[in-house]
Amino acid sequence: MQVSSSIRDPLITGGKTVKDVSHDISRHVENKPANLWYLAMAISVSLLAYGLYCVWMVLWNGIGMWGLNKTVGWAWDITNFVWWVGIGHAGTLISAILLLFRQKWRMSINRAAEAMTIFAVICAASFPLIHMGRLWLGFYWALPLPNAFGSLWVNFNSPLLWDVFAISTYFTVSLVFWYIGLIPDFAVIRDRAVVQGNNLRAAIYNALSFGWQGGAKTWMRYESVALILAGLSTPLVLSVHTIVSMDFATSVIPGWHTTIFPPYFVAGAIFSGFAMVLTLLIVTRRVFKLEDYITIYHIELMNIIIIVTGSIVGIAYITELFIAWYSGVEYEGYAFYNRVSGPYAWAYWSMMTCNVISPQLFWVKKIRTSIVATFVLSIVVNIGMWFERFVIIVTSLHRDYVPSSWTMFHPTMYDIGEYLFTFGLFFTAFFLFAKFFPVINMAEVKSIVKSSSEKTNQDASH
Amino acid sequence: MEESKKIYWKGIEQLANSPEYVKHAHAEFAQPGPEEDLGHSRRDFLKMMGFGMSAVALAACEAPIRKAIPYVNKPVDIDPSIANYYASSYINGGDYCSIVVKTREGRPIKIEGNDLSGVTKGGTSAQVEASVLSLYDNARLRGPKAGKEKISWEDLDKQVIAKLSDTAGKGGQIRIVSNTILSPSTNAVIEKFKAKYPTTQHIQYDQNSLYGMLKANEESFGKAMIPSYDFSKASVIVSVAADFLGTWIAPIEFTKQYAQTRQVDENKKDMSRHYQFEANLSISGANADYRTQIKPSQEGAIVVQLYNLIAAKAGKATVSGGAENVNHLAKAADELWANRGKALVVAGSNDKAIQVLVNGINDMLGSYGVTILPHLPVNYRLGDDQAMANFITEVESGKIDVVFFYNCNPVYDHPMGGKLGAGLKNVSLSLATSYKEEETGLLVNYLAPDHHYLEAWNDAEPKKNQFSLAQPAITPIFPSRAAQESFLIWSGVSDADYFEVVKNNWKTWFYKNQTLDFQSFWDKCLYDGVLELPVEASAVTFNADVAAAASAIASNYKASGFELVIYENGTVGNGSQANNPLLQELPDPITKAVWDHYVTVSPKDAKEISFDESKTKYASITVTGKEPITLPVLIQPGQAQGTLGIALGYGRTKAGKVADGLGKNVYPLVGLVNGSLNYTVSDVKFEIVSESYQIAQTQTHQTYMGRQTVIQESLLSEFKNKDWKREFHPKVSTWSDPEHKVDPGSLSLWKGHEYKSHHWGMAIDLNSCIGCGACVVACNVENNVAMVGRDEVIMRREMHWLRIDRYYSSDADPENWKEIEDAADNPEVVFQPMLCQHCNNAPCETVCPVAATTHSSEGLNQMTYNRCIGTRYCANNCPYKVRRFNWFKYHDNSQFESVNTAMNTELGKMVLNPDVTVRSRGVMEKCSFCVQRIQSGKLTAKKERRELKDGEVITACQASCSTGAIVFGDVNNPESKISKLLKIRPADEKNPYRVDKITDNPRAYQVLEEIGVKPNIWYLSKVRNKEAEKA
Repeated sequence: MQVSSSIRDPLITGGKTVKDVSHDISRHVENKPANLWYLAMAISVSLLAYGLYCVWMVLWNGIGMWGLNKTVGWAWDITNFVWWVGIGHAGTLISAILLLFRQKWRMSINRAAEAMTIFAVICAASFPLIHMGRLWLGFYWALPLPNAFGSLWVNFNSPLLWDVFAISTYFTVSLVFWYIGLIPDFAVIRDRAVVQGNNLRAAIYNALSFGWQGGAKTWMRYESVALILAGLSTPLVLSVHTIVSMDFATSVIPGWHTTIFPPYFVAGAIFSGFAMVLTLLIVTRRVFKLEDYITIYHIELMNIIIIVTGSIVGIAYITELFIAWYSGVEYEGYAFYNRVSGPYAWAYWSMMTCNVISPQLFWVKKIRTSIVATFVLSIVVNIGMWFERFVIIVTSLHRDYVPSSWTMFHPTMYDIGEYLFTFGLFFTAFFLFAKFFPVINMAEVKSIVKSSSEKTNQDASH
Repeated sequence: MEESKKIYWKGIEQLANSPEYVKHAHAEFAQPGPEEDLGHSRRDFLKMMGFGMSAVALAACEAPIRKAIPYVNKPVDIDPSIANYYASSYINGGDYCSIVVKTREGRPIKIEGNDLSGVTKGGTSAQVEASVLSLYDNARLRGPKAGKEKISWEDLDKQVIAKLSDTAGKGGQIRIVSNTILSPSTNAVIEKFKAKYPTTQHIQYDQNSLYGMLKANEESFGKAMIPSYDFSKASVIVSVAADFLGTWIAPIEFTKQYAQTRQVDENKKDMSRHYQFEANLSISGANADYRTQIKPSQEGAIVVQLYNLIAAKAGKATVSGGAENVNHLAKAADELWANRGKALVVAGSNDKAIQVLVNGINDMLGSYGVTILPHLPVNYRLGDDQAMANFITEVESGKIDVVFFYNCNPVYDHPMGGKLGAGLKNVSLSLATSYKEEETGLLVNYLAPDHHYLEAWNDAEPKKNQFSLAQPAITPIFPSRAAQESFLIWSGVSDADYFEVVKNNWKTWFYKNQTLDFQSFWDKCLYDGVLELPVEASAVTFNADVAAAASAIASNYKASGFELVIYENGTVGNGSQANNPLLQELPDPITKAVWDHYVTVSPKDAKEISFDESKTKYASITVTGKEPITLPVLIQPGQAQGTLGIALGYGRTKAGKVADGLGKNVYPLVGLVNGSLNYTVSDVKFEIVSESYQIAQTQTHQTYMGRQTVIQESLLSEFKNKDWKREFHPKVSTWSDPEHKVDPGSLSLWKGHEYKSHHWGMAIDLNSCIGCGACVVACNVENNVAMVGRDEVIMRREMHWLRIDRYYSSDADPENWKEIEDAADNPEVVFQPMLCQHCNNAPCETVCPVAATTHSSEGLNQMTYNRCIGTRYCANNCPYKVRRFNWFKYHDNSQFESVNTAMNTELGKMVLNPDVTVRSRGVMEKCSFCVQRIQSGKLTAKKERRELKDGEVITACQASCSTGAIVFGDVNNPESKISKLLKIRPADEKNPYRVDKITDNPRAYQVLEEIGVKPNIWYLSKVRNKEAEKA
């Protein structure tokens, strides 16, 4: 299993031993958090509180608190939803697909990426919920539950219903996959707590680890389950955003009614997901001093994925423009003319700059191995991806078939507030995760320490 | 065989087969014997406990008490949930409409036109439709008042009579001021009052005066009258600034007549040609074939020029003056002359001189007796501008002792209203009878509120010998009293009952040579609402000094500075019903603005304003000698350069919460010309000021972007061609046979519906629709559509189920998507009523996750409000954008109290249609094809065990449409009006109930045909009667 060429560069640097791994990663759980952590938490919780106020106002008064109108029925709400779902793609991709492809470099980053996935999906799910006119009924009417309304059933033709299934399945599987991975690491923390004599922590982490004992049979089952879940998750990575794209592709609105949406959306999701993983990990490795575990090599590999997916997205944009012209459909043609040169052209060109041009900088090795450049570009990519969804949703709707209904959309403070709410939620959850959970999968990393650490390398050369 | 058949028994009992066994054979288990019934079991105890606990708990909760008093004895003619209809008359000043009032449980909830009337012929207008809500206006007076104090009617009568006899004793002057009075019985009452107090004078004035026309006709024919017009007989119509489809004299009649001349089909390939010369873009101008922009100061010269052109042809003497080089004028004159005997020239000016010349032109054209009917004079505008001006001067100088304002509001709506208001303190007794306090009521000593017209008996004579009755459709809501009764009481009549007065008058006046007894005659009149007696035709001779008129024109009009046109718009009109949110939120037919008062300016005169999203700046408008006013600028394509337009009816200060403070009152800007009120003003200073503003418009994009799938039109000359086909026929290629393109409707993923009984459809004739908006109000009233107010309209959230899209033509190349957004300088206009298209392949239906919007077995796209969770995907996916979302709770919400009175005040709620749910927040809504009317029609037919007849179910929009542009019906029934109009037939003869239908009417098309949603609404393409342009 652990066959690898000793000529390869080690994935974990700094000559770490198995013990170092446990120590480096567990100590963040065991020590008091730094002041910086308190500051970050304070900001996140304030954002969350303000966001909750905005959510409350929308739920109490009606969707009219947002800037939507008779023509533009979705704007920031669904833009944010798709954006967060997209971000939520990287985690599972890294854990599942890369696991199946035996890409060991994923081991340092998958834990945080999966956590990010789960929090992003929670943020994403909040939008379809809040955007409903009658959430108090919609949250269960959209489920195919047996009911006392006679033969009343959900509409299986509706892509929104497919969404309900896709997102809830994805969330469940991701959560289970993530938690299973956490179990041995919780056990490590428990064991260390026992040694350190901290009974409370030992009890809590014992419960969290389900009393993990680490027997060979347990490990065997653990790995089987991980493989099975990886197998299950793999199609989900593709299906979730495919279905999200069908929210648009199955409609009749020019600019939405497009067959290339599924691959285009999946590529975009991976693109934005990796960018978000980079943003978060660059901060985490610095704050938690994990430079030896998350190395420049990791960052470079992820940047390469960003080039690939960014280019796919770019080709998709150009294909859309080409088809709009080539099809000869007046409305499709106008929809894209309007994107490029209409009142929302600024959004279109922001999208093009951030998503198509900026990732191409990663062709230069110096840039893709630069922490600062990567950090900046990872944020730029996610700004671009937000604009992509805004462009698709708002510019398609605001001028469709009948010109009398053409309008503009202007966000209100509540549109913005709801977006801030999810940022508050995401970062609060992420900082709690970073403090109380092992941010790197110790069990897996330990498996590559031997084969890839410098020490082993040196041994091999003797 | 017998031997081999084995028989098995369940037990020995079955073999024995005793009667006891047979009896219980069906029961598997033995029945418990009586000894096993132990009385109340533990389970029973728990059940009873549970019931007892919950009963006690429920009894402790107090349910909200709502006062609803049931009938102790049910009135014979009222069945709960069954509507009653009463014929009546809408009378508002000089405006008249014969109507049928729909009441439910004693509440008027809807007004429809009365088909039996020979005057309005079943037509209505937006103001008539909306007037039902004015009945429930919270600003109504709750009883008589002396100053600010409440007073009883008895005390009021005592005090008024005391003052009257005091005045009469010393020979003081008494005046009754009113708008034009159409009611002969009211006039009789006033005569009675005059007889008692001989110093009384009755003064009539009109907000939209036709005094100049009255005088011109007196000069021309020796009789001060306004004739009836018959546009239906006119092949060529020339209008010089007369908005006869919008506001001029009697638009309800004229739209109907005009529409007759505009309807075309294969058999009648002819339509009238309409020339309009005007400064503002009016509804009439928008419907004209040729529209020429002129300045108001040119109106006279154009009429003179036209007179001369016609006179030259007629071999008569020409007069001096005239305007050279007015576009289309010579052509108009040629055609008028060619069509003499079936031509009509009208002018909107209130200047006697202009009207004299117009009479002269019509005389030369032989219009009298054909298109103009002087033997059938109308009584709509009898106001005397001079008498009113004299009266106000007298009030100012303290010569008047007593003034009664009979249902009028001159302090607000007369140009000298300010002076009148100030002068009222010189009057010892002033009294107003309006049902609301209003600006005039604020300044008088006594308020003696009359009933609203829907609560009152009355009669009317809108035209000579064309009588009609008004009857109460509800018991007076407040302690108001018929003003006629008040006048009778003040004249000393002891048992004044206006109902008896009207009835007796009709007995004396009309009950002659009848075979019926009087009660039956009266009942019939009341049932019909109208009594129309024959009028003898008589010719008139034109005899006026046209040369003098021409020289008066030459001296009276000078073009200088900006010129201002003061007009009535199609929504709040003269402002008397301004407190009606249905009218405030009705988009102006042309500007599509709501809740706003603005000055319309030509794009060339306000280049610095981009008007992007209706964002604009204020302008200061100064009329010489008057206070300057500031209003926001509305950039109006088609407005003549150098002219401005401002609507009357705004700037109310005491109308009620809805209207107060909206805009400015421009009645004071109305000037005088030739002794009559002049609604155009020259030498106006117009300056844009820096303050910005956003006007609330329901439509912010002006052109249809050259999309022929939305609007299709052609020229009459082409349409006359036997093989004429619409220009635009979308076709699509298929994968299987790319060479041969097919109709998009022939391809579908779906199996397609089958409608075994009815298949409801609608046809809308773009050639008939004039864009007035009556249907929008009718729809709002019928379907309890929420009004949302100015701010929400700016958020683009109006709730109208039916809207009228107004598109301007553009001069740009349709391929140039940037420039085609801009309207032409003098655009052609097309109106398109747009409502739910009830698609058979409805894109909204497939995307709803909870199946809240579904298809009915009769082709309706139906919305189940209760099931809706408000994802709004259906609205996004609607290609016609006709779905409306409840962004807020619009009912019982203080935020909307002043804009949506019908759902937020106890009084206003009485107007709600009980057959239609008031929607809660968070749900989607849209046009239902008036499904409540369909159901009611079907139930009636079912009860009577017969088939539903065509025409039994009429949608609210169709009922209100004076032009007959909307036809609704069953397209499965080959005999229905709609089937015949569309010449519709099943696409597959073997399966006649399939959804696919073919229309053989060459003008019939469906909007967005190529996306394959298969709507149930067909539009008939517009035909313009103009020459092909030289390319």
